[in-house]
Amino acid sequence: MATGKKTDDLDSNVTGHFGPYGGRFVPEALIAALDELSAAHISAQADPKFQAELTELHKTYSGRPSILTDAKRFAEYAGGARILLKREDLNHTGSHKINNVLGQALLTKRMGKKRIIAETGAGQHGVASATAAALFGLECVVYMGEADTKRQALNVARMKLLGATVVPVTQGSKTLKDAINEAMRDWVTNVSTTHYLLGTVAGPHPFPTMVRDFQRIIGVEAREQVLALTGKLPDAVLACVGGGSNAIGIFHPFIDDKSVRLIGLEAGGKGIETGLHASTISGGKPGVLHGTRSYVLQDSDGQTIESHSISAGLDYPGVGPEHAYLNDIGRAEYRSITDDQAMYAFSLLCKSEGIIPAIETAHALAGALEIGNELGKEATILINLSGRGDKDVQTAAEYFGLPS
Amino acid sequence: MSTTLEKMFAKAKTENRAALIGYLPAGYPDQKSSVKIIKSMIDGGVDAIEIGYPYSDPVMDGPVIQAASEEAIKNGAGAKEVFELLRITAQHKVPAMIMSYWSPIEKYGCANFAQMVAKMGGSGVITPDLTVEESADWHRESIKNSIDSIYVVAPSTTDERLSKVTANCSGFIYAASLMGVTGTRDAVSGNAKSLVERIRKVSNTPVAVGLGVSTKEQAREVAKYADGVIVGSAFIKIVQEHGSGRSGLKKIKQLAKSLSEGVRDAR
Repeated sequence: MATGKKTDDLDSNVTGHFGPYGGRFVPEALIAALDELSAAHISAQADPKFQAELTELHKTYSGRPSILTDAKRFAEYAGGARILLKREDLNHTGSHKINNVLGQALLTKRMGKKRIIAETGAGQHGVASATAAALFGLECVVYMGEADTKRQALNVARMKLLGATVVPVTQGSKTLKDAINEAMRDWVTNVSTTHYLLGTVAGPHPFPTMVRDFQRIIGVEAREQVLALTGKLPDAVLACVGGGSNAIGIFHPFIDDKSVRLIGLEAGGKGIETGLHASTISGGKPGVLHGTRSYVLQDSDGQTIESHSISAGLDYPGVGPEHAYLNDIGRAEYRSITDDQAMYAFSLLCKSEGIIPAIETAHALAGALEIGNELGKEATILINLSGRGDKDVQTAAEYFGLPS
Repeated sequence: MSTTLEKMFAKAKTENRAALIGYLPAGYPDQKSSVKIIKSMIDGGVDAIEIGYPYSDPVMDGPVIQAASEEAIKNGAGAKEVFELLRITAQHKVPAMIMSYWSPIEKYGCANFAQMVAKMGGSGVITPDLTVEESADWHRESIKNSIDSIYVVAPSTTDERLSKVTANCSGFIYAASLMGVTGTRDAVSGNAKSLVERIRKVSNTPVAVGLGVSTKEQAREVAKYADGVIVGSAFIKIVQEHGSGRSGLKKIKQLAKSLSEGVRDAR
């Protein structure tokens, strides 16, 4: 399975495969739309006008480049390693999700479609999609698991204020997985007028490649910023992994820098050994889910097992196929962080740096506490601070038992 | 040598009619009842049976089959139940097929799955989310085990892809009548007829139309131009409304009978 090839060598723009992973496992009805999207993406990548328009939006709307913060007080808890935070939490709408959404919204316009649909777990991608829809005058419907609409009520309100329709999904586990199912059903029915603005690097080709291309800007900027600040490459790059879009965004520009360790932190829930987790690579096996072959959590009959995490955005039983491949060839490593570890790191960042991170992101921070101690004082660790935690205030208050 | 499915379509053709194909998820509402429901469908005149492999993430299915699949899984339906039902159905001397999303087949193992289908007397497998680009292994195994591999094409499928996908099909070609998920509809989409006409230009394999067919009138309309008519959600709805006791089974048989009249007096 491991070929030693680097991912860039793979002709993923044609077939969407990363080694044995990726591809398309979808109803034939969607193929024409996926081909159309793939062609639009490839032509847009080569179109200077498209790129200029996207760059302008980054600069004047979402606030790029995002800054790098030297987290000196937090670093004291991470074995004294230098901790650099790539501040995607400061983007408009509060997370890295806007990078992909602006790109795909421009593609929607390019394809002449007037309606977008999106799935959302934590609500960050839903908010970003609703935002772009408002900006571009598109109709927007967001599918969200009913369980998630409750734990992320603030983001539901934000989406509605932005003019989107939020559809609570009551099937199955009532979380992100089922929101994706429902979005796919909508897409299959309305595909001629509608673009499915998928929020992560999973799903059928071209989504894993396309979403990665729109998120790469995180790593491209961060690599330059770290070099400018420290004069060298970081020793490790860390990011939380649910579907894996913020992680692939920051990893990808470092793939050829062999000295840089790429470490993804998956949601361990109550611990992998309890079965109540969302650590797809650390605790799952290769299989097919939502149109792509990757690592998945499933039982011996091929049924998807429900994932568990305190973080709605990581609560997903699949993962992007490129991560599966990077894991198998040994270029990236994936570890599991429990709810408790993540919440400890969450609290630590709040109190040591004055930054309230998203609970998703807190998994990467918890990883830094572990890895910083392993690497020692001389090491520089770059962390993708993928989102801010305003949406998580209620969950955190409940977790810490704060009086209301 | 022609397969059992091909023989069935050939026989229907000599009778100047379309074949009637019924669908039920395995183990719905429970394993024992699904055996009886399928028997009633056959007694009423269904020519071939598709046994659905209930799957946790059925993105091609509407609310009726979603709910049925969820219930079947809750009541323990898995690979063992699917194959057992396939064996029992094949004993009724009608072509028995499995319709399954790709995940369960890949998990079971492509080669093992094809072998089991053949061993249980199954005629073929319908794979609604296995694209032709990903189908090489499955294609090889189904040929090796002499079972039909049936793919779904849709109104959005381009002519170029129609040739590619239908070239891979044996037994029959599953034509989705509309852009959407499974479920009963007030009318059969006008897209169905033009899709069947486009398929005829590139393939001689029989074409069966599914999605949104639930009444005798709709079956009659589709049978005018297609070789087969596929009905699923309408049977499940009866079980949802009337249960799978004596009165439910009677209604299943009545619907099968009325649909089979529809495919018989169409031409």
